[in-house]
Amino acid sequence: MAVELQQTGCFRRLGETTGRWFVHGVEEFGYSAALLAEGMFWIFVGHWFHQRVRLRAVAEQMMNIGVLAIPVLSILAFANGAMMAMQGIYTLRDFGAESQVITGIAISVTREFGVLIAGIVVAGRSGSAIAARIGTMQMAQEVDALRVMGISPVRYLVSPILLAMLVMMPMLTILSDGMSILGGGLISCVELHISPGIYITRILASLSVIDLLQGLVKSVVFGILITAVATSNGFGTQGGAEGLGHSTTRSVVICIAAIVIADMIFTFFLSR
Amino acid sequence: MDMRSAWNQPPVIRVRDLVTSYGDRKILDGVSLDVGPGEIMVIMGGSGSGKSTLLRYILGLHRPDSGSIEILGKNIQKLSGLEWQKLRQKMGVSFQGGALFNSMSVGDNVCMPLREHTCLDDNTIRIMSRMKLEVVNLAGFEDMMPAQLSGGMVKRAALARAIVMDPSILFFDEPSAGLDPVVSAELDELILRLREALGVSVVVVTHELESAFNIADRITVLDRGRILMTGTVEAVRNSDNPRVRSLLTRTVEDITIDAEDYLRRLTEGTA
Repeated sequence: MAVELQQTGCFRRLGETTGRWFVHGVEEFGYSAALLAEGMFWIFVGHWFHQRVRLRAVAEQMMNIGVLAIPVLSILAFANGAMMAMQGIYTLRDFGAESQVITGIAISVTREFGVLIAGIVVAGRSGSAIAARIGTMQMAQEVDALRVMGISPVRYLVSPILLAMLVMMPMLTILSDGMSILGGGLISCVELHISPGIYITRILASLSVIDLLQGLVKSVVFGILITAVATSNGFGTQGGAEGLGHSTTRSVVICIAAIVIADMIFTFFLSR
Repeated sequence: MDMRSAWNQPPVIRVRDLVTSYGDRKILDGVSLDVGPGEIMVIMGGSGSGKSTLLRYILGLHRPDSGSIEILGKNIQKLSGLEWQKLRQKMGVSFQGGALFNSMSVGDNVCMPLREHTCLDDNTIRIMSRMKLEVVNLAGFEDMMPAQLSGGMVKRAALARAIVMDPSILFFDEPSAGLDPVVSAELDELILRLREALGVSVVVVTHELESAFNIADRITVLDRGRILMTGTVEAVRNSDNPRVRSLLTRTVEDITIDAEDYLRRLTEGTA
């Protein structure tokens, strides 16, 4: 009897915990969506409400999110391209089809890996930085100060980030695509003994506009996801230094998870 | 300032039966308060009395459970976004920690409300912000970052930012918290001077008795979410309410224990 009681108690607690998690998740999803919607609202109509999104702030964010990510992204994308070429040549050699590796690189980079690497780099760099910045402001009552000054915190903090993401993510994706193809080219030219000219011609021959567009559409979605997750984690920061560390870590982890899962869903629908 | 003429005018802040809660716990329970034009109202109370909460609700940072708050004749719960924005330009707030934007210089901090709410050109804005920095004795510090300033200077810079739009109501959250007595007295002096010069109404939330008695026209004593009394400095000093007295004389009050309540708290949540 006692054992049975204990068991039901255990199940009840499990149910409660799961339920609470679920409710919390839904709540957070709704909050991020509301933040995004409001951020978008100010971008389009802020002007008429005396809440103009400042171009200077947008430029600053574009610098932080986009331009400063260029070095690390270039290196990662280049390495990724080289890696794919090596693996491809090694695997396809068994079939005597090594030269097909170029088509493989062209399509998988533009459709998938270029944008994924750009997304992960931005999530890692900016996902934490944004959450930390907003979280610190939240704890120092700077967000309250904005509100009592009659400045919408969302317009001031979220909208510039959103706009910068929408511009910079596609650009970073193009850069990432280019660097990956360059990396793949280096290995392919050496291993397959072909000239760079031939490599480029074959890359261009295997690519269609649709492939490129697929990557670019994803990049915009990733940008929006990173903005939503990072800003909502920032605004949700509570409880001092530990809380700040928690929300920054959480921001990066959820950003990357969201990107990878969104990527999978997209690929499922787009490659049918 | 002649307080009699001020009292005949409608109050700038009018709080009625404000009830707020945090989860299941009631923080403010039926608070009513009037602040007249040009009056310095000090809201006093111990830690956890709800005085900072009251300020946050008056500033419109949260929505109350029930009750009404009117500022300059407008019910803040019924304002549209644009109206709120207009009203907020008439309110200046100095937060407990200053809440200066850490990523901007002191000058930019003070300029910010002007840059956001007016179409003035940058030179005019600079000159206006320098004037306000002059008022709080921080002339020449505009290129410093907030992190480089001392506690008292941060408070004064926050004050300069609060008055840059020439507000009609000024709010202070714990102006003397974390400051030494001399700096704190200087800040009190500054608040009095500002009232003289600008004719603003001032709401100060504090637990510092000395500072409260120095600057207040009237004092409201809050305790456990209720108002114990509202009155002039004299009236509060001479009050015979035991809880007001214990706050004034800094005596430890007897904690009475309700046996049933005590048992309930101990056993709460256990099977």
